[in-house]
Amino acid sequence: MSEFLQQVVNGLALGSIYALIAIGYTMVYGVLRFINFAHSDILMLGAFAAFFLAPKAQAIFGAESVLGAISVILLSALICAAIGMLIEYLAYRPLRDRPKLTVLITAIGVSLLIEFGCQHPAVFGPNPKAFPKLFPAADYHLQGLTISTNDMVVLGSTLVLLGALWFMVQRTKVGAAMRAVAFNHHAAALMGINVSRIISLTFAVGSALAAVAGILYALKAPAIEPLMGIQPGLRAFIAAVVGGIGNLPGAALGGLLLGALETFAGGIPGVSNYRDGIAFAILILILLFRPAGLLGKLQHEKV
Amino acid sequence: MQPDLSQPPQPSSEPLLQVQELKVNYGAINALDGVSLKVAAGQIVSLIGANGAGKTTLLRAISALHKPRSGSIAYAGRSLVGLPPHAIVRNGLCHVPEGRMVFANLTVLENLRMGAYLQTDHSVVEREMDYVFTTFPRLKERLRQSAGTLSGGEQQMLAIGRALMGSPKCLMLDEPSLGIAPLLIKAIFEKIVQINREHGITILLVEQNANLALEAASYAYVLETGRVKLEGPSAQLRHDPEVKAAYLGGR
Repeated sequence: MSEFLQQVVNGLALGSIYALIAIGYTMVYGVLRFINFAHSDILMLGAFAAFFLAPKAQAIFGAESVLGAISVILLSALICAAIGMLIEYLAYRPLRDRPKLTVLITAIGVSLLIEFGCQHPAVFGPNPKAFPKLFPAADYHLQGLTISTNDMVVLGSTLVLLGALWFMVQRTKVGAAMRAVAFNHHAAALMGINVSRIISLTFAVGSALAAVAGILYALKAPAIEPLMGIQPGLRAFIAAVVGGIGNLPGAALGGLLLGALETFAGGIPGVSNYRDGIAFAILILILLFRPAGLLGKLQHEKV
Repeated sequence: MQPDLSQPPQPSSEPLLQVQELKVNYGAINALDGVSLKVAAGQIVSLIGANGAGKTTLLRAISALHKPRSGSIAYAGRSLVGLPPHAIVRNGLCHVPEGRMVFANLTVLENLRMGAYLQTDHSVVEREMDYVFTTFPRLKERLRQSAGTLSGGEQQMLAIGRALMGSPKCLMLDEPSLGIAPLLIKAIFEKIVQINREHGITILLVEQNANLALEAASYAYVLETGRVKLEGPSAQLRHDPEVKAAYLGGR
């Protein structure tokens, strides 16, 4: 029983990170109807931003301080928000009225450019770097269950961020404008909504969430390197599709589900090497029965 | 003295909206081939013509959803060419697009709020919303419903109501009768005339149903393959043999 609960905790922690990344894919798909493949690199840039900011925060707030960790995470999120907006402005906006395939290929190009640009010795270099501890790490034991501060931070920040995102999208004017743009650019423009600005904002929000996810992922990983975003990025993209691309709760659900599946498949004795195969086979089954994803509807317009 | 609401206001000398020699291309096709028209403040002006004549293109060009190749669009004495769509709405020129385009994923209330997106004065939003509810009481009953669940007629009411939320001086309506139950069409056209009479909102009405359009408008233009073929006071066009034969079912 306690082993099962342990797997639930581990699965939720991993799934939360996927959920945060998946939301960025699904938000951009919502307003622009294409998959921003460079999104997986934003999370890598978030981890690197934190890597470079951490020593500075340590100098100000002292080693492993909570305040330092929060400021590192917030600043990295801001930097990535700006990078996300810049990518949209430079690479995608000029192609706004072009076929979606053109934009998709551009996205792959941007992704490769960032990945291999960052491997250049003058940028980050290809070698893995040890990620600093941002806050005091401890393990708490509860009836045979081990919960690390790391897991708690991951779960807590995901919960807060998802709540804040839900509030913004569902309860604020700018959130309603985002949904209006997702429905139809022209109709939104006729309301006086500056569609480009809303798209910019969508990239900013998605990229900020990816930055946080990148840092949380880096805290669990042994080291960071320029290609570190590919694996979690791909999984989060699949999570967004399984949840129903374009659907925000779907992205969160898909992320959690994928994290849980991976963790549980990895815990089955004898087949743990095949955990990705098992997890993805189940996802394929889900898509066979629900082609639009768990929460997606088969229709032309989605939130 | 009470203003006489049964009669349309007299057109002033300076047109509120003036389009001159407007040309719009879709690739090699000339969708608009030098269209000129004037809409005087306070009037209802109709634009009639067959499918593909360029009526919708004209409205979309005025709203900057299409970029004209040449020609001028002036509104309240200012040129609109080169402005983005959201800046045009700010000037009180609101467009109810073809096919209504209500935000199906938003509630009726959220749709109406989007119509007042640029309005920062909350009391104005409240006032406009009250006016929308008096004009279309049905919308008030459906406030929390998502707009995609409304009937075609209700969606048209919402689309017009949403445009009214922007406190327009001039309203452009694209085929308000499209896909709506015949009984409701008459009601909606009565509302359109009422909006014009009560609020002095200038209306440019695009309509395939020429009978309805000429009845509501004081002046009309007939568009054919991207050009103005005929224009004149509605009463005159209604008796024009060519218009009768081509657009009024030959009566």
